[in-house]
Amino acid sequence: MGRENNILLKIRNLNTYFFTDDGVAKAVDGVDLELEEGGTLGVVGESGCGKSVTALSIMRLVPDPPGRIVNGEIFFSGNNLLTLSEPEMRKIRGRSISMIFQEPMTSLNPVFQIGDQISEVLRLHERLPKKEAWNRSVEMLKLVGIPAPERRISEYPHQLSGGMRQRAMIAMALACSPKLMIADEPTTALDVTIQAQILELINRLQKEKGMSVILITHNLGVIAETAQKVAVMYAGRIVEYSAVRPLFASPKHPYTQGLLKSIPRLDEDHGRKQRLEAIPGLVPSLLDLPQGCKFSNRCKYAFDRCTEEPLLVEAEEGHLVRCWLHERKLN
Amino acid sequence: MSDNGNLVEVKNLKKFFPVHTHFFSREKIFVQAVVGVNLTIRRGETLGLVGESGCGKSTLGRLILRLEEATEGQILFEGEDILHYSSERLRQLRRQMQIIFQDPYSSLNPRKTVGSIIGEPLIIHKIGNRKEQEERVLRLMEVVGLRPENINRYPHEFSGGQRQRIGIARALALNPKLIIADEPVSALDVSIQAQVLNLLEDLQQEFHLTYLFIAHDLHVVEHISDRVAVMHLGRIAELARSEDLYRQPKHPYTQALLSANPVPDPTLERKRILLQGEVPSPIHPPSGCNFHTRCLNKFNMCPTAVPQLKEIEPDHWVACFLYGPNK
Repeated sequence: MGRENNILLKIRNLNTYFFTDDGVAKAVDGVDLELEEGGTLGVVGESGCGKSVTALSIMRLVPDPPGRIVNGEIFFSGNNLLTLSEPEMRKIRGRSISMIFQEPMTSLNPVFQIGDQISEVLRLHERLPKKEAWNRSVEMLKLVGIPAPERRISEYPHQLSGGMRQRAMIAMALACSPKLMIADEPTTALDVTIQAQILELINRLQKEKGMSVILITHNLGVIAETAQKVAVMYAGRIVEYSAVRPLFASPKHPYTQGLLKSIPRLDEDHGRKQRLEAIPGLVPSLLDLPQGCKFSNRCKYAFDRCTEEPLLVEAEEGHLVRCWLHERKLN
Repeated sequence: MSDNGNLVEVKNLKKFFPVHTHFFSREKIFVQAVVGVNLTIRRGETLGLVGESGCGKSTLGRLILRLEEATEGQILFEGEDILHYSSERLRQLRRQMQIIFQDPYSSLNPRKTVGSIIGEPLIIHKIGNRKEQEERVLRLMEVVGLRPENINRYPHEFSGGQRQRIGIARALALNPKLIIADEPVSALDVSIQAQVLNLLEDLQQEFHLTYLFIAHDLHVVEHISDRVAVMHLGRIAELARSEDLYRQPKHPYTQALLSANPVPDPTLERKRILLQGEVPSPIHPPSGCNFHTRCLNKFNMCPTAVPQLKEIEPDHWVACFLYGPNK
């Protein structure tokens, strides 16, 4: 994909399946991704497209059973995470790669003080003594912009507002200065004004710390404002991958085009009652996918060749798309 | 029936919820959910209501439906004050106004078939015989884009978007004049959201509906609304025609909300107004203008007096001292 040398994360042919009573759900089905150091990769898609499972696979946190990574390689700083033992993996989680989740209330432990939860990471990974870890935690809270951190640190999660909790989560994720932070819908549960604050915070910390970020969201607006590279996922596959500007300027895959057309925009000329161009049909069930191209049953350009599975090909320099329409142009 | 084009008029409406404090404490504490709201909903329009969580937008919707009892104020529906209606008249009134809820999972009874969910209002209000009711249900399913052969299925067999269609069909069953849609698309995926928004617009045309459309997503509200009211901590901060509000927001809060909203266009370089701090608590709202703690344009007058909503341009109402003191 990229030609840069300093690649931090490289995913090759990742397949994560869920083995259910009704059949095998291929939640992630052959995903390739790359992320360079200091870069931000946005992963967009609708519910069930596999974006969160991709993130959980990187963390090796896929619930097993029913889920399992059946195939693939995830190279992080050159090491294949999928071949590491669990104790080795535990050293990486929270230290080199950390993750923040959508709902900060359910990912913080309600019966421990904020300070204990941030300190735990530092004591575990950096073997800091209790007092020192506590002081570092106060610094972390200050870094993420929580007012009166000395007081807040001994509060419990329920005493904080939603935005504060998400800040506390970010403080915890950043405590060990990870190289990679995975943010899974970090602002979805927050109000727009608080969302803007959190995105600003993630952007600022990324620049200061030079870390890489994978930002998973369904909100194309959030992607446009924070990411440099974007991967669009549909039914377990990447259907389009490019730098952020070309993706929004000239989306190639009919699904991406449809997604962009189905969001109402504030900035366009106000042609009253202009209808939205909705994508017809429903996101297919992973247990019952169409033959060939997974989007073909909702695609207005579908033609006979779409019963075969298209490959992710480079339609333009650095702009990859999984669609026969673009295959044809190349030939 | 006085008809000045207004279907609903809300006058100085207040709703305070008591909060449980210590058992022996004599102090009474209230959440001030709605604090003196004046609002009209015109016949046939879509009035959007936006604001952040806890601003009282849902409470306002529920007050108009009388799902909550107002603490003070008046609500006129077609010119009649509905707050003093007897339970029998209220039941009659409920045929005129219906609600669509946000969560298509918890708002449908999982043990009932789609047919009986949509048909229940007809049974409660004793409209038609069984055969007519069934015909009506089938017609409604067709109208909202559900396949009639699914009439005997249960809610769990449907996707989120389809369930929202079931909720919409139920709301339409009694041919209401007003539909209050409380975050009807927030729980849906983007591609499905567009389908449901289009459906709501079509239905409005077909059945001459009036909508109060409550949402936190500014794009969605702008798209569907004729006029938009912005709420902040129980008060209306600004009310204007949709295009005016989005092109020329006057209230500093509206300006901040609009600039905080991420736009799916990476080429757009915007100067963002970042509000500092949190939404204040509605239990102890700030004095004076309740936005002054986060406002970037505040001056000495703001913490001392409450700005009244005034019309500064035709059809553009703002509650802010930047546009002159109260009369």
